[in-house]
Amino acid sequence: MFTKNIICPVCGGACDDIQVELGDGKITVKNACKMGNAKFQEVVSSHRLRDPMIKENGELKKADWKDAITKAAEILTEADRPLLFLGSETSCEAQEIGLHIGEYLGAAVDSNATICHGPTVMGIQEAGIVGATAGQSKNRTNLSIYWGCNALESMPRHMSRYGIFPRGYWTKRGRFDRTVICVDPRKTPTAEASDLHVQLNPNSDYELFNALSTILNGKEPHPSVAGVTGVPVSVMKEMVEMMKASNFGTVYVGLGVGSSYGKHRNVEAALNFIKEMNNHTKFSIGALRGHCNVAGFNQIASYLYGYPFGLDFAKGYPRFNPGEYTMVDVLRDRDVDAAFVMCADLVCHIPADPASYLCEIPLVCLDIAPCPTTIASDVVLPGVIDAMECSGTFYRLDNVPVYFEGFTDSPFSFTKSNEDTMHQLFDKIKKLA
Amino acid sequence: MAGNGNGNGNGNGTIAIKNGYVFDPLNEIDGEVMDVFIKNGKVVRELTDSEMKDAKVIDAKGMTVMPGGVDSHSHIAGAKVNGGRMMRPEDSYKWNRKKTPLTHSGSGYTVPSVYKEGYEYSQMGYTTVFEAAVPPLEARHTHEEMRSIPMLDTGGYLVLGNNWFIMRYLRDGEMDRACAYVAWMMKTHRTYGIKCVNPAGVENWGWGQNIGSLDEANIHFEITPREVIEGLCEINERLGLPMAMHLHCNNLGQPGCFEITKNSLKIPSQIKPNQNLDVEWAETKVDPKRLESVYLTHAQFNSFGGTSWGDFESGTKDVIDYVNKTDHIVFDSGCVPFGEATVMTGDGPAIHNLYALTGNKWSNTDVELECGSGVLPFTYLKSNPIHSVQWAMGLELLLLVKDTWKTIMTTDHPNGGTFTKYPLVMTWLMSQASRNATFDECHAWARDRSDLGAVDRELSLYDIAILTRANTARTVGISHRKGSLGVGADGDVTIYNIDPKSLNPRDYEGLITAFGQAEYTIKDGEIVSRRGEIVAIPEKRTYYIDVATKEAGTKDMLADVKEWFKYYTLGFAHYPTPDNYLMNPTPIAVNAEEA
Ligand code: SF4
Ligand SMILES: [Zn+2]
Repeated sequence: MFTKNIICPVCGGACDDIQVELGDGKITVKNACKMGNAKFQEVVSSHRLRDPMIKENGELKKADWKDAITKAAEILTEADRPLLFLGSETSCEAQEIGLHIGEYLGAAVDSNATICHGPTVMGIQEAGIVGATAGQSKNRTNLSIYWGCNALESMPRHMSRYGIFPRGYWTKRGRFDRTVICVDPRKTPTAEASDLHVQLNPNSDYELFNALSTILNGKEPHPSVAGVTGVPVSVMKEMVEMMKASNFGTVYVGLGVGSSYGKHRNVEAALNFIKEMNNHTKFSIGALRGHCNVAGFNQIASYLYGYPFGLDFAKGYPRFNPGEYTMVDVLRDRDVDAAFVMCADLVCHIPADPASYLCEIPLVCLDIAPCPTTIASDVVLPGVIDAMECSGTFYRLDNVPVYFEGFTDSPFSFTKSNEDTMHQLFDKIKKLA
Repeated sequence: MAGNGNGNGNGNGTIAIKNGYVFDPLNEIDGEVMDVFIKNGKVVRELTDSEMKDAKVIDAKGMTVMPGGVDSHSHIAGAKVNGGRMMRPEDSYKWNRKKTPLTHSGSGYTVPSVYKEGYEYSQMGYTTVFEAAVPPLEARHTHEEMRSIPMLDTGGYLVLGNNWFIMRYLRDGEMDRACAYVAWMMKTHRTYGIKCVNPAGVENWGWGQNIGSLDEANIHFEITPREVIEGLCEINERLGLPMAMHLHCNNLGQPGCFEITKNSLKIPSQIKPNQNLDVEWAETKVDPKRLESVYLTHAQFNSFGGTSWGDFESGTKDVIDYVNKTDHIVFDSGCVPFGEATVMTGDGPAIHNLYALTGNKWSNTDVELECGSGVLPFTYLKSNPIHSVQWAMGLELLLLVKDTWKTIMTTDHPNGGTFTKYPLVMTWLMSQASRNATFDECHAWARDRSDLGAVDRELSLYDIAILTRANTARTVGISHRKGSLGVGADGDVTIYNIDPKSLNPRDYEGLITAFGQAEYTIKDGEIVSRRGEIVAIPEKRTYYIDVATKEAGTKDMLADVKEWFKYYTLGFAHYPTPDNYLMNPTPIAVNAEEA
């Protein structure tokens, strides 16, 4: 028997049409892409973390759950200034409790945006963002632009579910009703699947956005921009004309925009360009978010405390100053003296200095599988897989929240979900503090 | 640290408020010195001697006692409010709230974080607030935020004025299915009433366009604003919903828009109001049922006069005259108290206009098959001629409509200004001297291009109680439990440190302070806020409409919905809002008309 309408907990696409059949240590998955399927296999994987662990004499040993929770709570309450990193591969419900713990302890609290679309969020803070839910584009868009992203590989079903192939209300012929432009220095599969590949030089997005804005405003860009960007001015003009001529255009930006030179200024330039494009035709822009719930943390942190990521509670009220309170920075500056990492393999994904400092300080980790971060941890709490083993909320790439329900239960007797674990941890912290 | 509902109340929800001057318009009590008793969270006639022993007793001698404040239109939760928070860190930097052993921290001024919203409303004496616009697809988000707002009972209005299913049904004359759809949507998304924003126009915004007149058909759906307004009002009454159809008219914020507003208000003049709730009613002297077939929101923004910004003037006169001579309209004002604001509305094209005008940062979110929204930071300056006229207009609307039961005071938070400016607005309404002081500070157009300068009316505390409690509760159809101190009502009370006997409108500074910081805010018989300090985190409820309808129409309608669901990007199974997104989900039973 296949269970239907399962939500995939891998990328920001949050596909909600997955079907699974679970039996006898085997799982069969329908509709998911390769990336999604791989994660569903984790449910039956042998390399899953099965037991709580506490480090003794430099070695992680199986431990009693209660002891692990107590030890974790001790590490966090004994610290002068802990860091909580609430990863995006879990529910808003678990993240919310993490934020409450951070507030309670006066901690620095951050999530994945800090190392992915943080600059995109900061760009929005500068410019605002003209966006739409995915279906608006599905039904109306006849010009799609993938800029600095390779959707076919990073969000494999984006094109088929949302962006290009779906037969929308005014796009009944799917792909045939849309023109696709890809702006990317690389010749990616996405670029190959596009009608126009604008192959700009790496790190020249800012110049290209500004040149396009200049053209949109009826002016001639400085001729040097062709050399800087590697894109002939004639191609820029063609692109602007295509955009103006569309009925409804959508730009999908990837990390190629926010992570190349210029960072949030690139994003700001992109957002401003699209704002102005709306004086000519309807255009929207949105980020292809990587992890299933990276958008969710931005949402809940904003409504609970007023800032989308990189929060600091040291003063008893939320503060935000990226570059100062953000995860990499508090670690690099050795500004925290203990850390809790949930559902993110930080040690593997941050620069060497902060990573090695993270290994020096007392560290608690909640995760589903062994990884460098669990190895560096003093306490390891085994994670429950969201959307498969418990219910909760993810926010999709377009900030629409989806409620997921698992098709099986937590494999553990001691916790039902990461939300449950966080509850237990917070209760313990309140008792100790 | 307390979350929602797990804070320590002062006991059993039993309280005696003695010797206060009571203002309870739904019971025609106008400043009488009397006692108010609450038992287990509900207003009772009296407490027995033994109950009195367990009761908390408050001596309210020399103070003003009113039912807890009810806000019928405020943007406090959901995707677009949060869009405002996300794009405006500058709004948070300056305004922080420190955590206490009982309360959470927070930040933000025009778009405060959820905890801060709840605490600040409560400090002013409010106990119930309705979120003005819930996009169906994003209802889960709205509820998630409302669940986190402490201190307040909440509910949200469902945005339906550009909904594909509604537009199609109305165009095809399928009223039964349209009614079934609305009933189903209210329940599916746990929402409270019908909101109609820029009818038929927001759909055009899907193509970057808008609509300019009541009889212009929109693109593809070929339906006019007039048809949408009429249709939704009719559905509203056929279903017997608590609130009249909540209307945000076309052409908002454009010079001369008073005209389309007035004409829109005429549309439902022949539709008979039919509020048909299956609830227990608290005792009231005045008929607690609504008598209107349309509830116009933020009238100020829809009453612009002139033909351009050059000859801009107040256009409230026509709207006010029409409201004065009819009985089917109630409106909230959308006052502009000057200062920082964040404009946000489901009216995407209106915010695009403001972007084109100001060049400010601008966010927009179109929602597939349903609606749209826009957000933009905005500051109202006393030195600005337009803003000054807008200030005067909001007050004119409330002072020149003769029957206060047709009006409600709001700032359309945070569009005209933040809800924390309510004390200022109340004071302007009560004191001509304070209005004159503002006239002296703001642009001359305020006097020259509005009628406010000639108005000498000063509202009484009784009027204020109508504008901020009794009539808001009655209008949205929650007067069976809110907005009065009648037996059976929720034990929500505000005590202001205002002595009506020595009240002097010329000495208005004290009024601002007193309204800003209730002496006591009592919710469900518990003291929750005292002189600006939160002392308990009470339980809270989320209200939604549960309409009993006939099965037949529902079946056909659901078949249509499923058929068209392919145009959504979310599966039908994931569309509803599960109850766990609501704090204490509280259905209000409604009996649809048997047709
Ligand atoms: S596109 Fe993303 S959400 Fe969809 S199945 Fe693949 S990994 Fe999962
Ligand atoms: Zn509003």
